[in-house]
Amino acid sequence: MGMTDTVSQTLGQHERFRGEYPIVVEGLVNRFGTLTVHDNLDLKVKRGEILGVVGGSGSGKSVLMRSIIGLQQPTEGNIEVFGRSMTDAEPGENIGLRCRWGVLFQGGALFSTLTVGENVQVPIKQFYPEISQTLLDEIARYKVILSGLPESAADNFPSELSGGMTKRASLARALALDPELLFLDEPTAGLDPIGADKFDKSTRELQQTLGLTVFLITHDLDTLYAICDRVAVIAEKRVIAIGTIPELLATDHPWIQEYFNGPRGRAAQGSQARSQQPIGKGGDNSMDNVPDTGA
Amino acid sequence: MRSSENSPAEFHLDEGGDGPPRLVLSGPYLISTIGLIDRELREIDSPLDTIDLSGVTEIDTVGAWIASQLADQHGASIVGANSRAERLIKALAASGEAESVHPPREGPLLRVTRTVGKGVLGFADGVVGLTGFLGEVIVAFGGTIRHPGRFRVKAFVHQLELVGISALGIVGLMSFLIGIVVAQQGAVQLQQFGAEIYTINLTGRLTLRELGVLMTAIMVAGRSGSAFAAQIGTMKLTEEVDAMRTIGISPIEALVIPRVMAAVIMMPLLGFYSACMGIIGGAFIASVSLDIPFFTFLSRIQEVVPMYDLYVGMVKAPVFGMIVAIAGCYQGMQVSGNSEQVGRRTTKAVVQAIFMVIVLDAFFAVFFTEIGWA
Repeated sequence: MGMTDTVSQTLGQHERFRGEYPIVVEGLVNRFGTLTVHDNLDLKVKRGEILGVVGGSGSGKSVLMRSIIGLQQPTEGNIEVFGRSMTDAEPGENIGLRCRWGVLFQGGALFSTLTVGENVQVPIKQFYPEISQTLLDEIARYKVILSGLPESAADNFPSELSGGMTKRASLARALALDPELLFLDEPTAGLDPIGADKFDKSTRELQQTLGLTVFLITHDLDTLYAICDRVAVIAEKRVIAIGTIPELLATDHPWIQEYFNGPRGRAAQGSQARSQQPIGKGGDNSMDNVPDTGA
Repeated sequence: MRSSENSPAEFHLDEGGDGPPRLVLSGPYLISTIGLIDRELREIDSPLDTIDLSGVTEIDTVGAWIASQLADQHGASIVGANSRAERLIKALAASGEAESVHPPREGPLLRVTRTVGKGVLGFADGVVGLTGFLGEVIVAFGGTIRHPGRFRVKAFVHQLELVGISALGIVGLMSFLIGIVVAQQGAVQLQQFGAEIYTINLTGRLTLRELGVLMTAIMVAGRSGSAFAAQIGTMKLTEEVDAMRTIGISPIEALVIPRVMAAVIMMPLLGFYSACMGIIGGAFIASVSLDIPFFTFLSRIQEVVPMYDLYVGMVKAPVFGMIVAIAGCYQGMQVSGNSEQVGRRTTKAVVQAIFMVIVLDAFFAVFFTEIGWA
């Protein structure tokens, strides 16, 4: 076939995960000096679900995400992604896993010297250098459109994008490698309600179309009600409860009660009840696609 | 699904029927496999009847994109797609025709012309901008004199330390070494006339008048001018400068004035210190290789170096300090957009500062000679 070893390896790596839990976290402990962020945290994420992760500020949601994707070596505990241990592996051993997830960082983390289109191409070039420039350009372009940006945005630099567009551009890059697992760190933070609503809808649509498993960190109660299949609550340094929102409401933990039954929680609950129509309706005018600054 | 592990994506043309051939795709059509056959697929130029996906084991958006592109180009219809493939192809239908996502590139002639034109305009803008900035600083300085309470003493003292005290080590070492070089090289030439005693004149006058201040200015431009540009530039990127403005703090007063003042005050001190270290370096090498005793060298300095040499150096020093600080702060304030700009502006600040210092030094040299301070 004339194929190199690396290529045949990547073929094997790109087999879709068939197990039930793509992410399994067991007995996770994260300590920074004397500060313990996680103490014996357990979490299982089901394949094909959108799992919302909530918790107070500083409760370690982002640290949990960073531990799962290998940016943060945990003090103790075991983390398995797609059935492979992230914690026992030597550094660099799990490179193959990295092409199977996409991450949307809180601030977007787009490479500021590249256009949006080039940003999308970076991970593809990194993992699949054999792909031609023509195809790269096509891929970048349809990913940008798939993420809900206008086509012209592919030529823009990150500094020319508004907050909502930055999130979508970052989503396009996260989706570049057709991952099975998508990590979203507060995707709707800082967006206006209309933009946030649309982002939620695109997340849901993409998750269904592409068959993604989504790990979604959020503070946005509307997002939780609108698109999350299950919600994991992090408090007291561990996951104190995980389940659908009605299941969580049935528990009597004071933090959960305060979170969901506080004034904001009730408002979100109410608005969800009012708009039980299927997701994906609602005018599709691209209000959040107008850049703040001229190109 | 083990089959996908090693089998590549494949295709063949089935020309069985009467009409145009059927394109049969098989194997996994994924981003990881597509790179190897993408080119061959693009080379198909005959019209196609149908594209058969029933042999495709796995598909992702890239596979779906390739299939739908082929269908569009050859007017073929897609058959045998499983539900996942169908869903993906439908989702991509909105994406339409392909286009480049790189910024458009132009021909070399146009690019050169554009670069030159931009450079000229940029230079003009720079001169206007720098003059405007200088004006702003002077106005703010006037404001600070009228309202001394607004002067940022803490920031000023901090900058004094950064610009001056912490530069002592490197400036001292550099000047000491330059003193050695000047004395050594001077002595070699002067020895030919038996005039090596004039090494003292050479070293003393050169360091006090020119080298001390000039080398210090270059060092301060590299150390502090660049730091000013980078600090202020980063603050501009993180909108700290804008935040100051909204609170009613003038960034010029808060950021620029303390830095410029610190540089203006520290430059003469550093320049004098540098000259002293240069003379010590010269005296050291003279005692080692010319048999001129160390303290004889130092006491001769008093006799052979006219006082105005010191004045020449000390008059230039604050001016150089101001140039370095203004260039650094100006470039810092010009940062906008992305983090790459910070690096570019910092480089520019240093280059501009050193260039202007040397140009001005030439003017000073002519001027002081003309007024008789030769």
